[in-house]
Amino acid sequence: MAKPDSALSTTRRRHLQWEAMLAIVLVVSLVAGRVLSPLFLSGANISNMLADFTEIALIALPMTLIIVAAEIDLSVASVLGASSALMGVLWHMGLPMPLVIVLVLMFGTLAGLFNGLVIVRFGLPSLAVTIGTLALFRGLAYVLLGDQAIADFPASYTAFGIDTVGNTFLPMPFVLVIAGAVVFTVVLQATPFGRSLFAIGANPTAAQFSGIDVAKTKLRLFMMSGAMAALAGIVYTLRFTSARGDNGEGFELSVIAAVLFGGVSIFGGRGSMIGVLLSLVIIGVLRNALTLADVSSETLTIVTGALLLSSVLIPNLVARWRAAREKRLMAQAL
Amino acid sequence: MMTRHSPTLPAMPPSDTKRESLAVSIAKSRELTLFIVLLVLIGATAAVKPDFLNLQNLRDVLLNVSIIGLLTAGMTIVMLMRHIDLSVASVVGVSAYAVGSLFVVFPHMPVIVAMLAGIGIGLAIGAVNGALVTFGRVPSLVATLSTLYIVRGADYAWVHGGQINATSLPDAFASIATGALFGVPNLVLIALVVLIALSVYLKQYRGGREHYAIGSNPEAARLAGIRVDRRVMIGFLLSGAIAGLAGVLWLARFGTVDASTAKGIELQVVAAAVVGSVAITGGVGTIAGATLGALVLGVINIALVVLRVSPFWQQAIQGALIVAAIALDTLLARSVARRMMRKRDHG
Repeated sequence: MAKPDSALSTTRRRHLQWEAMLAIVLVVSLVAGRVLSPLFLSGANISNMLADFTEIALIALPMTLIIVAAEIDLSVASVLGASSALMGVLWHMGLPMPLVIVLVLMFGTLAGLFNGLVIVRFGLPSLAVTIGTLALFRGLAYVLLGDQAIADFPASYTAFGIDTVGNTFLPMPFVLVIAGAVVFTVVLQATPFGRSLFAIGANPTAAQFSGIDVAKTKLRLFMMSGAMAALAGIVYTLRFTSARGDNGEGFELSVIAAVLFGGVSIFGGRGSMIGVLLSLVIIGVLRNALTLADVSSETLTIVTGALLLSSVLIPNLVARWRAAREKRLMAQAL
Repeated sequence: MMTRHSPTLPAMPPSDTKRESLAVSIAKSRELTLFIVLLVLIGATAAVKPDFLNLQNLRDVLLNVSIIGLLTAGMTIVMLMRHIDLSVASVVGVSAYAVGSLFVVFPHMPVIVAMLAGIGIGLAIGAVNGALVTFGRVPSLVATLSTLYIVRGADYAWVHGGQINATSLPDAFASIATGALFGVPNLVLIALVVLIALSVYLKQYRGGREHYAIGSNPEAARLAGIRVDRRVMIGFLLSGAIAGLAGVLWLARFGTVDASTAKGIELQVVAAAVVGSVAITGGVGTIAGATLGALVLGVINIALVVLRVSPFWQQAIQGALIVAAIALDTLLARSVARRMMRKRDHG
């Protein structure tokens, strides 16, 4: 017999199942990586592996919240590029680095606010709006910097992009990812704001009537997304010591792939930060292991696509098979 | 019902109705609005730079827009049903390279075989997309984002930095882009035929109307006996086939293709559809509108070049215009809806 809370626990159980599956995939890919290359678990390699997905991870954190609320932000990679270009321009204007960083973060927040305002005020689908601002912000990046690159950032700052924490293998920028992961996990999973995102994603009208300020919440979400994309732009610029207009082009799809592979429903209302974090680590580990095994980057693209696809397809097919079996059993019982 | 309402009809002042219905029909016909925007764009550019209106520019616009316009039409059919096909650019890339390599192996392959090969490749990928969405119940955004990656990855793995050059292509094939009938480039004619066929299908045929029904209300469409899965499958097959054909046309137009051919144009295509007032929420849109959307974006592109706007500004301006177009379109649609509501309440 169904218990009163069965609906809730089914969703929760499905999450746990997905997270357990991701954990198994992670362990398998770690073992496979070790078998493929003895270098795989060396400190230097782990350091590389972590550093390589800093930007994707930073952007994926707010993207998880946005997709849970049944919206999407395709403009993130362009905000990253524009932030990188702005950083170079401001530095060349002779501003001190701390001020440059603050201004770039403010720019990102404003870019997000712009997205949010257009979406909320006109009641437009975020997919359509952010496709437009994807072009707009990337264009802004080229307006700011053209096709030049600015590389003469102060060594004390670029060191941040390359150094590790003390004598450990932890790359400096990764500290930001850890801090961000903690903050965003708490926000999504343990605050009224986070709970309201699930409500909005499941049914925006019902959420509105239950007293949630949907418009304000969405505005905040897109501002967060812009700010984090700008932060990713700063890290990217320092890590590669190069401010360029085309930095991070195409990242938006990798970010969305990581979030969806983490078990977040594209229709909103379902998902967990733990799943997304696991998914980010898996994608990082797999890419690194395959690179060490001399698998071409082309194959990596195929693997990303296959992972994303299987993350939705396999549970659906299993559900289909279960439903068919239950039907058969019912028929037999009659 | 009829008898109860008919006495009120003569009471309405005929001149007023006529004027109102004209205003409403202009606002309602998004195609007409877009057409006016297009004329204004051309007129304004020509006013600043009279040499804008030359045959070479016109030819360039038409050739560029034909390929994007075809893809936009395919995307429209999919978007009508609340779906999206992000894999089109990858299909164009792989189809262009595959047909190019066929020409390297069989230099005397007839043009029609080349086209069928491209369409076949597109149909195969479209079938995979359709199966994922209908049988696998994978949201189309996820399914086609995955096939975008997988097809492009396979393309890179296969091509490996290789390139097909115009010298490998027979003259008969190149004449798709260079040849013309009555001054209209062949490529444009091909696109026009396909666009008209699709437009007739969507307007006149039961199957075409079903795409709209599914997008307006999938559940109602199902209850009305429409085989939704079959229709969605056909939509993805059409979008795939068109992308395959577009790949062949791309090869004919540019001559040189490699693994990164057409990379990223899926967003341009979605943008053209949205500017052409195809609703991303389904149920609304026409091939004519989508084509006009592609034309507007294409004309803007060329106009910016002619006006000597720095190429670095072009993308920013285009982005701003897309956002403005979407916002304007929504406002317009809402004011029409409001006026019709008022008319219903007080009329």
